[in-house]
Amino acid sequence: MREYSSDVVVIGGGPAGLAAASSCLEAGAGRVLLVEKEAELGGILPQCIHTGFGLLELKEDLTGPEFAEVLEERALNLGAQFLMNSYASRLWLDEGGVVVECVSPRGIEVVHGKCLIYAAGCRERIPSEVGIVGDRPSGVFTAGTAQTLMDLYGLLPGERVVVVGSGDVGLIMSRRFAVEGAKVVAVVEMMKHPGGLTRNVVQCLEDYGIPLLLSHTVLEVRGKSRVKSVMVCELDENLTPIGGTEREIECDTVIVATGLLPEVGLLEKAGAEVDRSTGGPVVNEFLETSLRGVFACGNVLVVNDLVDYAVEQGRLCARSAKSLLDGTLQRPEAWRRSAAGEGVRFVVPQLFSGAEDVTFYARVKKPKRNCRLSLREVPMDIKLPIVRPAEMLRISVKRDYLSKVERLTLEVVE
Amino acid sequence: MTAELRRLTCIVCPLGCEIRVEISGHRVLRVEGNACPRGLNYATEECTSPKRSLTTLVRVNNGAVPVTSVRTTKPIPKGLLRDVHRIISEVVLEAPVHRGQLVLKDVLGTGADVIVTRSVKRISESLGNLNALS
Repeated sequence: MREYSSDVVVIGGGPAGLAAASSCLEAGAGRVLLVEKEAELGGILPQCIHTGFGLLELKEDLTGPEFAEVLEERALNLGAQFLMNSYASRLWLDEGGVVVECVSPRGIEVVHGKCLIYAAGCRERIPSEVGIVGDRPSGVFTAGTAQTLMDLYGLLPGERVVVVGSGDVGLIMSRRFAVEGAKVVAVVEMMKHPGGLTRNVVQCLEDYGIPLLLSHTVLEVRGKSRVKSVMVCELDENLTPIGGTEREIECDTVIVATGLLPEVGLLEKAGAEVDRSTGGPVVNEFLETSLRGVFACGNVLVVNDLVDYAVEQGRLCARSAKSLLDGTLQRPEAWRRSAAGEGVRFVVPQLFSGAEDVTFYARVKKPKRNCRLSLREVPMDIKLPIVRPAEMLRISVKRDYLSKVERLTLEVVE
Repeated sequence: MTAELRRLTCIVCPLGCEIRVEISGHRVLRVEGNACPRGLNYATEECTSPKRSLTTLVRVNNGAVPVTSVRTTKPIPKGLLRDVHRIISEVVLEAPVHRGQLVLKDVLGTGADVIVTRSVKRISESLGNLNALS
């Protein structure tokens, strides 16, 4: 067994973890050790070869791998230490701070830190979790697996493709298949509106003549050794299949792109409180979880649609870790609560002290035009021409307001 | 020449205006439905000279991984995407490759270069020997 110690331990070498590591070193928060389960840094960025990364952060329109390398070089140059190919399998608190037990090809590795920044990202929903049943032939992939095969290893997973889910991940993978010569025969979406950005609907589907089947679902996958077809049908307002609308679509590949789930198991087992609405840990404005000295950022905190937000959260974790190590991190007797009101699915952070300005992230349940984002308990009311679930709302609230309320409810109203 | 009506969804901002464009040949006669001047520009360009960035892969010999990703340095005419993709797919690079490395200069006279977006190390000598043994 090998043992390591550091002032700050970071779990996860994606954009949030790399940004957190760099910012800790820039702030002088002592030594930083980053634990990464893969052989490569960057998290999901290296396989996201499309553009659209770093517009806010670097004022440049980069691809995922480029943005990842920029973050990686920054962390390396600042002197971050890396424990690669090491999978964090257990975590607990002790009198010295935090202990992380990892498994790697080198054996068991135990890492001691004064505090921990948890940036382990997400995993994808798998077919059985979204109610896709039937045969179990080869040719059914999650979008991320297909992306790994195509963009990291240069292998085309199939030639006639049905994509399930029209979030940005599903749309972008549809275009990747089309560009590389596969035929995408349909993108199937349960809701009556596309899940992703309009930009992606236009440039990923319309540009390539890919049909989008709204209010549809895949009932069944058919095929013995390889996928032969899928059965799809229409859904009514309550997302119930409409009898008589079933039809068969021939394909050799099914790509499941039905959402991401924060990889929160390790935190939960260590006793951290989890928010059902985000799937991530409950945090305060310092992004500290209910475990003292354990901070969370990136997609494990909340599924972000922009890498810039993951980076921003990583930086905030670094500032908080520095305060903790300096003994100045605030811990009020009672936290005030933020809440998701009408039309809002979640709000992060869930807790605030009232002593600081806070940036809240929120996501709406449904698209809506000409509405207002209203903060019920304070005199803040923002007119919005349109809100969509695909675009997270980001709103800063002054402490002058927050210090006066016990609770803050975000709602989207007419 | 008779006018043709095209419908587009504007992608400049999240509003997503449904824009109607009247075109005759390559001339835009009328643009309706856009909430702002950016929509007018978008619709005009989209109907006269639409452009897109292209990201794809190229093969890498003797690399730690068999492919790397590339992109055009600026958007290129949409009608040339397929041809440019074909030209890129014929390229084979020799590892190591570096982010920003030039793959193709001024591809098909578009003024855009094709560059590497992911650095790939050369496969190490020792690993090469191991492979040779197995």
